[in-house]
Amino acid sequence: MTQTIVIDPVTRIEGHAKISIYLDNDGSVRDAQFHVTEFRGFERFCIGRPFWEMPAITARICGICPISHILASAKAGDALLAVEIPPAADKLRRLMNLGQIIQSHALSFFHLSGPDLFLGYESDPAKRNIFGLIAAEPDFARGGIRLRQFGQEIIEALGGRKIHPAWAVPGGVRSGISAEVRAAFRQRLPEAMDVTRKAMARFKTVLDASDEEVRSYGFFPSLFAGMVTPEGNWEHHGGKLRVRDAEGQILADQVKADAYQQLFGEASEAWSYLKFPYYQPLGYPDGIYRVGPLARLNVCDQVGTPLADAELTEMRQRAGHRMVTASFYYHYARLIEILAALELVTQLLDDPDLGSSVLRADAGVNHLEAVGCSEAPRGSLFHHYQVDKNGLITYLNLIIATGQNNLAMNQTVAQIARHYLRGDRLEEGLLNRVEAGIRAYDPCLSCSTHAVGQAAFAISLIGPDGRVVDHAVR
Amino acid sequence: MAARTLTINGTLISARSNETVLEAAREAGISIPTLCHLDGLSEVGACRLCLVEIAGSAKLQPACHTTVTEGMEVQTDTPRLKAHRRAIVELLFAERNHICAVCVASGHCELQQLAVEVGMSHVRYEYLSPDCSVDISHARFGIDHNRCVLCTRCVRACDEVEGVHTWDIAGRGTNARLITDLNVPWGEATSCTSCGKCLLACPTGAIFSRGSTVAELERDASRIATIVAARNERW
Repeated sequence: MTQTIVIDPVTRIEGHAKISIYLDNDGSVRDAQFHVTEFRGFERFCIGRPFWEMPAITARICGICPISHILASAKAGDALLAVEIPPAADKLRRLMNLGQIIQSHALSFFHLSGPDLFLGYESDPAKRNIFGLIAAEPDFARGGIRLRQFGQEIIEALGGRKIHPAWAVPGGVRSGISAEVRAAFRQRLPEAMDVTRKAMARFKTVLDASDEEVRSYGFFPSLFAGMVTPEGNWEHHGGKLRVRDAEGQILADQVKADAYQQLFGEASEAWSYLKFPYYQPLGYPDGIYRVGPLARLNVCDQVGTPLADAELTEMRQRAGHRMVTASFYYHYARLIEILAALELVTQLLDDPDLGSSVLRADAGVNHLEAVGCSEAPRGSLFHHYQVDKNGLITYLNLIIATGQNNLAMNQTVAQIARHYLRGDRLEEGLLNRVEAGIRAYDPCLSCSTHAVGQAAFAISLIGPDGRVVDHAVR
Repeated sequence: MAARTLTINGTLISARSNETVLEAAREAGISIPTLCHLDGLSEVGACRLCLVEIAGSAKLQPACHTTVTEGMEVQTDTPRLKAHRRAIVELLFAERNHICAVCVASGHCELQQLAVEVGMSHVRYEYLSPDCSVDISHARFGIDHNRCVLCTRCVRACDEVEGVHTWDIAGRGTNARLITDLNVPWGEATSCTSCGKCLLACPTGAIFSRGSTVAELERDASRIATIVAARNERW
């Protein structure tokens, strides 16, 4: 008899999701689907708003990565004004994005995936959370929490608040950062660096013992997309797009954000509110691509900062290929990006431009259509706006990083289920492995469907006749 | 001018004979919430937030439009008045689309401040969620009807202080809307001198500087009274 296992809701992710695992008559896994069950509607209700308000409105999509939306929206706004923003404003936006990468990656690594990695996938679910991690490894957990705080406080120092600062605006930013505040952050850098390096060392010991996970948690060839500098180095804001295939061949390079539609199409499926972006030239679903930390490190030639580059070289050596196609390595990539961000923050805090008072360019509406792109912690984020001659939004399309990983997340769920699940077993620890595979992507479903909700996870086991055989909710 | 003595909340107060209860109360340091009132403009008594209880009258009276009388006994802060005020503020929020989190005036908004003052923890009425437009056709200013409470401070500032009367109200009830000239887009309203007094007078984020971003709009409504006072002294 064929069945379906449903995991509902999926826990320790940002947003609402459930997973359905379809079993064949012999009890083997036939297919699995990652359903995103929330809907929000930003692309409709923002129509009619002045585009100047869009950074702050779209920031409300998410409390974890509002900065990504603020920056992508402000970028689109710059293009509608047809201005080149003051150099200090660009550097300050970069500083805020680095703070965002540090805090979001720390949250993913320590708070969300840390319990799986350091307590065990099949450990007691009552303790398999950040509080369990604090109890088991107080210093390690404290370091992670303080690292996240460091990133959050960079955001607060610039924007006046940690969450939803209406700070980056079309044309630049609203305020700068004083020399005293910069000096205070400089003093905290060694601790942040130390925590990151210790986490890196700990992760490598886990990685050494995780051959099975590496080979089953989303291990398949796909394309990778992300931003690079003009030289082809790692980039997080203001760069252009590059796509590589699983062999490392560059399929598209230095593509401007406003040409994103030449690169990516969007498909939809009846069973999920999350769209399925794909690489246009290969069609759907063959054009499966991944974005985010691992993708950025795969598409770039190098990071461009010494410590992160040394780690990137080691990661590629450990993976045995220049292109790392195992999604388990997302955790590794996240730590390398925190390191890169800390190195770049160090450079930026010493940049004399940051003291400038010229922070905002002013202009009228000079373009009626624009695309803003920024690298969110989870991958490339696009805000595409059309406005009328006065600047009221007439069309809005948001392509969210998590959506771009949708095809890959579905493949990952199926791969883990096939590897670990048999028959009609709904063993908690095994199901947690399915969730852990999703957590490697650090999906932000509130963002990607622009939906309201708290983190939740559900799983169901569905028979060949469509009957739900078993169902687990957390 | 003759003086009048009255009590407000049991405190004996002396006021000039032509003063309103609102003026007398404020001079005595007694706060009464208002929204449609703005120093320097005429009174319309529209918002009903300044309603007070007067001994001997079953009806509640607007403090802004009630002249003091000898021996008057006024109560400004009874449970009945508090309940009415909170209901009024809730109805204002329910009538249009007031989303403080993404409003240009957040943190500098009289309606938002009123909600705090009256203890509006939530709105008990069903939101009407009307489909309101935004007009940013003017080169310097914009109006978002979602945020308008129809206090008419802009109408009066434009008419009484600037002497232009670009603004007026069209429609009735929940269909009432601010209009410029004979209901043309603001950018085509030829009578508008672009003076910005409506912006100064607006208590919410309804009228804003074009290009304002969220929580950025700061205005000083007292400048209307300053202009009026300066003009009266010179003339």
